[in-house]
Amino acid sequence: MATDSNRSLRGKVAIVGVGETPYYKHGMSPHSEFKLALMAIVAACRDAGLDPHDIDGIASYSNDRNDPSRLSAALGMKELRFANMQWGGGGGGGAAAVGNAAAAIAGGLSDVVVVFRALAQGQFARFGVGAATPTTAGDAAFQSPYGLMSPAQKFAMKTMRFMHDHGVGQEALRAIAMASYAHAQKNPRAVMYGRPLDEAAYDASRWIVEPFHLFDCCQENDGAAALIIVSADRAKDFAHKPSYLLGAQGGSDYRAGAPAHNVPNYGSSTFASVVPHLYRMAGIKPSEVDVLQNYENFTGGVLMSLVEHGFCAPDECNEFSTLENFMAPTGRLPMNTSGGNLAECYMHGLELQIEAVRQLRGDSTAQVPKVDISMVIAGPMVTPVSSMILGSEATL
Amino acid sequence: MSTSYLPAGLPIPVPEVDGLSTQYWEGLKKNEVWVQRCKDCRTWQWGPEWMCHACNSFDTGWEKIEAHGRIYSWERPWHPVHPALKGHGPYLIVLVEFPQYGNIRMIGNLLGDPHQTVEIGGKVSPVFEHHEDATPPFTLLQWTIET
Repeated sequence: MATDSNRSLRGKVAIVGVGETPYYKHGMSPHSEFKLALMAIVAACRDAGLDPHDIDGIASYSNDRNDPSRLSAALGMKELRFANMQWGGGGGGGAAAVGNAAAAIAGGLSDVVVVFRALAQGQFARFGVGAATPTTAGDAAFQSPYGLMSPAQKFAMKTMRFMHDHGVGQEALRAIAMASYAHAQKNPRAVMYGRPLDEAAYDASRWIVEPFHLFDCCQENDGAAALIIVSADRAKDFAHKPSYLLGAQGGSDYRAGAPAHNVPNYGSSTFASVVPHLYRMAGIKPSEVDVLQNYENFTGGVLMSLVEHGFCAPDECNEFSTLENFMAPTGRLPMNTSGGNLAECYMHGLELQIEAVRQLRGDSTAQVPKVDISMVIAGPMVTPVSSMILGSEATL
Repeated sequence: MSTSYLPAGLPIPVPEVDGLSTQYWEGLKKNEVWVQRCKDCRTWQWGPEWMCHACNSFDTGWEKIEAHGRIYSWERPWHPVHPALKGHGPYLIVLVEFPQYGNIRMIGNLLGDPHQTVEIGGKVSPVFEHHEDATPPFTLLQWTIET
């Protein structure tokens, strides 16, 4: 039974260190991707007050290119006990990677796990450009010859159906973009700091693929981010107030991976089957979430994630998805308080997890008063997806 | 037909090395649409897989369908995601559903004015777009509004 304390991660581990490199526009990092990974890991260790030699586990997601054995050697880790990759592209695995790390610690496989993600697109290829190959086979063969190649195009089709089914207007998407940009104006780390967005600029921005304007689409950035996770009984030995993991769940809905857009539940963020497990483990309800970081690959996914995580009914999107509701400190559900993937940095959502920790510590540049429950939804619409819920000591 | 909806230079679809979708791509060249249907439990399945997802039979089988469907979703790309599309957009992509064949869906371009209003639920008919001069030759299944 999933609520059996022996089969739950609730309260078993905590995030005790967070670190990131400066965030760059894509292709602008002066450092190699591997060096960025090391820089973020060392920054997270410094934040925790931990010697990097004492890390003994490494977890990542999204087919990160930076090999854990090379990282372990470079960092001089005394030993490597846990090396884990969450399958799946995009940022869908960000919270699952934390869950995997937590499971390893709770199960006695590892003591100190770093979860990291590093991206340097100057060194490697961009995401939003189709592969330049003469022929294509498999699932791509049913899409690429029709000019359907990019993540934006893959997910605009899902969003269009969702908007049709529930009478959702463009303004609901716009509010999500506006909230990220508005919060980024308070965050000097944000790539879009000093570059505010207003309704007129959103409306006038070019279409990437209807129903997504330019500002509905995430940035592509260079940088790296890292989290240090330890068991709850050691969590108070470190420099900051611990952020305890209350629940984490990865996965996807029935036949989410069916080829050629044949998933039965189509107008979906892929979270329908994942969310009940998440809340059951965490033992909370959506109404108890104080602040939410909700991965924006594209605003349509954010909206469907809100619905599938129980924050609003599908037919209430137009009323719920407003700038006022999403703004810290007083909004009904403060969301993407660092600027998120749209306006802080597209670090495949690990920057959102760092922001969730900052909110619990009281360190955010758009701080919500009295945060006890801080939630992160990782990349929607891909498969598998994942979400996690962090809590203060008072929630244990 | 000799003209194509999108410019030449996009990736050419070919069957996988293991031949999973060969029946589909060869059928299109003959103006035929073939999809999988389980020989054991009769479940329709698309895209192709080596197993029936309903009964786990490996005897998946193929059937020819009359590919008249309805628009399940659509999108209008403007930003060129491939060098061949630079300066070309916008264009239309539709996801077509076949209620008569277990609600399987197929992707294609919606022919005609790229600025046209598209209605979800609208009926569409198949158009076989042959690329006989390509290397290798191939055929795309495209869609037009049913009149």
